[in-house]
Amino acid sequence: MKSNRRASWKEWFVTSPSLFWLSFFFVIPTLLVFAIAFKPANPYGGIGKGWSLQTLFHLANPNYPSILWRTLWISLLTTVICLVLAVPTGYHIARLKPRVRQLVLLLVIVPFWTSFLVRIFAWKLLLHPEGFVKRALVMVGLAGPESILMYNSAAVLLVMVYTYLPFSILPIYAAAEKYDFRLSEAARDLGAGAVRTFFSVFLPAIRRGILTSVLVVFIPALGSYVIPDIVGGPGSEMMGNKIAQRVFVDRNLPHAAALSALLILAVMAPLVMVLLLQRNRVKNDPFISEDS
Amino acid sequence: MGEFLEFREVSKSFGSITAVDNVSLEVKRGEFFSLLGPSGCGKTTMLRLLAGFERPDSGRVLLDGVDITDLPPNKRKVNTIFQNYALFPHMTVWENIAFGLKVAKKPFHEISREVDKMLQLIQMTDQSHKKPDQLSGGQKQRVAVARALINKPQVLLLDEPLAALDLKLRQRMLIELDLIHDEVGITFLYVTHDQGEAMSLSDRIAVMSAGKVQQIGTPPEVYETPRTSFVAAFIGDTNFFEGSVESLLNGDYSRIKVEDFPDIVCFNDKQILAGNPVYLSIRPEKIRISRDKPEDLPPHVNLYPAKVEDVIYLGSTTKYWVRMGEYRISLLRQHGRFFLDEKPIRWQDDVWIWWHSDDGFMLERYSEKDESLNPLPPEKVGEESDEEASFEK
Repeated sequence: MKSNRRASWKEWFVTSPSLFWLSFFFVIPTLLVFAIAFKPANPYGGIGKGWSLQTLFHLANPNYPSILWRTLWISLLTTVICLVLAVPTGYHIARLKPRVRQLVLLLVIVPFWTSFLVRIFAWKLLLHPEGFVKRALVMVGLAGPESILMYNSAAVLLVMVYTYLPFSILPIYAAAEKYDFRLSEAARDLGAGAVRTFFSVFLPAIRRGILTSVLVVFIPALGSYVIPDIVGGPGSEMMGNKIAQRVFVDRNLPHAAALSALLILAVMAPLVMVLLLQRNRVKNDPFISEDS
Repeated sequence: MGEFLEFREVSKSFGSITAVDNVSLEVKRGEFFSLLGPSGCGKTTMLRLLAGFERPDSGRVLLDGVDITDLPPNKRKVNTIFQNYALFPHMTVWENIAFGLKVAKKPFHEISREVDKMLQLIQMTDQSHKKPDQLSGGQKQRVAVARALINKPQVLLLDEPLAALDLKLRQRMLIELDLIHDEVGITFLYVTHDQGEAMSLSDRIAVMSAGKVQQIGTPPEVYETPRTSFVAAFIGDTNFFEGSVESLLNGDYSRIKVEDFPDIVCFNDKQILAGNPVYLSIRPEKIRISRDKPEDLPPHVNLYPAKVEDVIYLGSTTKYWVRMGEYRISLLRQHGRFFLDEKPIRWQDDVWIWWHSDDGFMLERYSEKDESLNPLPPEKVGEESDEEASFEK
């Protein structure tokens, strides 16, 4: 692999549109968010003149650590549950006959054809005290008639897993599809049981898919706002809700910007870590062969 | 009580395709046994049935007196060398070889000792830290051998292990495999479509076609006395004639009537009666060729005039194609002393060809009674189209 090569003018030319797009609509706004965090708020909901460290005092709000903590663990748990569900699913999809596989993949993607909001409201109906799920659970005897399925962290977690599961399955399927199942046969042949084969041969082979899956679930999950807003309650607020409140209710943009910046830093930390890990591995990663 | 390794009336179908059709087979302990046949003949399925990757629809597989038909692959004392080697890409050479022992939860010092021994056997001690993608094809193959042997299997299964290597390397690995077999002394079951590999390595060969075993025997047996026309055509080149026994001569010889061809005298060891249809097969290297009519020929020699159609010089031998009426006959001449002033046989030359009746062999043609004997007619009678095959090597 040629890695330490300077990009030629042709490569600059071809990539310049996306470079332009990303710098103007992603990098600069992100920097602006960081900058606004250090501005004073004005009483009309705008940004005041000059610089201020006022927002840093706002961040010392005793509610924030617990909300940040909840945001982190709900996101982390969502990621882990998605992974636990997605790995076996991806494995089995990859083993299906090509025609059935197409159908199953279609089924994985089908939820995207319905608006995200509609699907979240559907969950609200399902979990509603008079909803289908609640009544079914009461009938089976798993829930008391007084129990509440909604407006708590568990409901947020459930709907988050529901939402992000397809994003988790697809990269794992993509990795599993390239996996040479003869390696599993070789492991079985050498005396490894099915479980051992899965953990010491299959999982290492698809680890890049797992890494991607973690990233595409964990990062959006951290920024969740709609799901906790609709199926969550006051006890299950996440950072996204607080940011929205600061903007729409308090009309304090610098405060919202500071919270966003905090979240960005929280997202960047694991991302940078993963990127560093990947860079070390890419050098002699046997799974990146020349033909793939 | 059967032999060491036994397939007992084993059948296996995939959908509508019968891969293995009621095969019974016995392999002796320590034997180098080959399953030889064209692709799709069921030889790889046989290997997978033994390794435990497939379950037979019916029949049993026995190893050392134990019925292993229903055991999963990890409970069988057989190990496989896969066609693509299937080395674990995320493990080093050392870890690959150690895998079997690690799974068996052997203590580390024992694993370490055994792996080092194996690395010595395959002469790769200094490469033990490398990943498989840093190895050449021959090295990968050797690691695969070591990884399979370290578990001390009762049978080592080899699934076309040389197919991915180039010719030079293939010849070297062929010798290495032979040496390893002599050294470790375990039973080898070798699957290949390459008759050369099978002939040079095996103690015995089972020639397979369409899910059935056509013939089992030592390499000279299957070459010199093929039981079916398929075996005759698949192992080496041959010329086929379709005819019928006209009359029995004295001393076990028969006169064969072939359409549009002079009568052929052939040794009739199978005592096929007059009137019965037969295939007559004669190997190219058994036919002699000369520009002048030979004299003082012994009795029972078939001698015919022919015209040379093609001459292929192959160094140590020359291959000729000669025409006799409707028939195109291939023959091979071993070169003796080279004379510069010798007038070589050329294209369009009129020549004489002859062969001794003992060198031809007869196979009874397809009959309802014994389907297994002649399930396949030769592809083109008299007009052998195996030019590709002869150029391959």
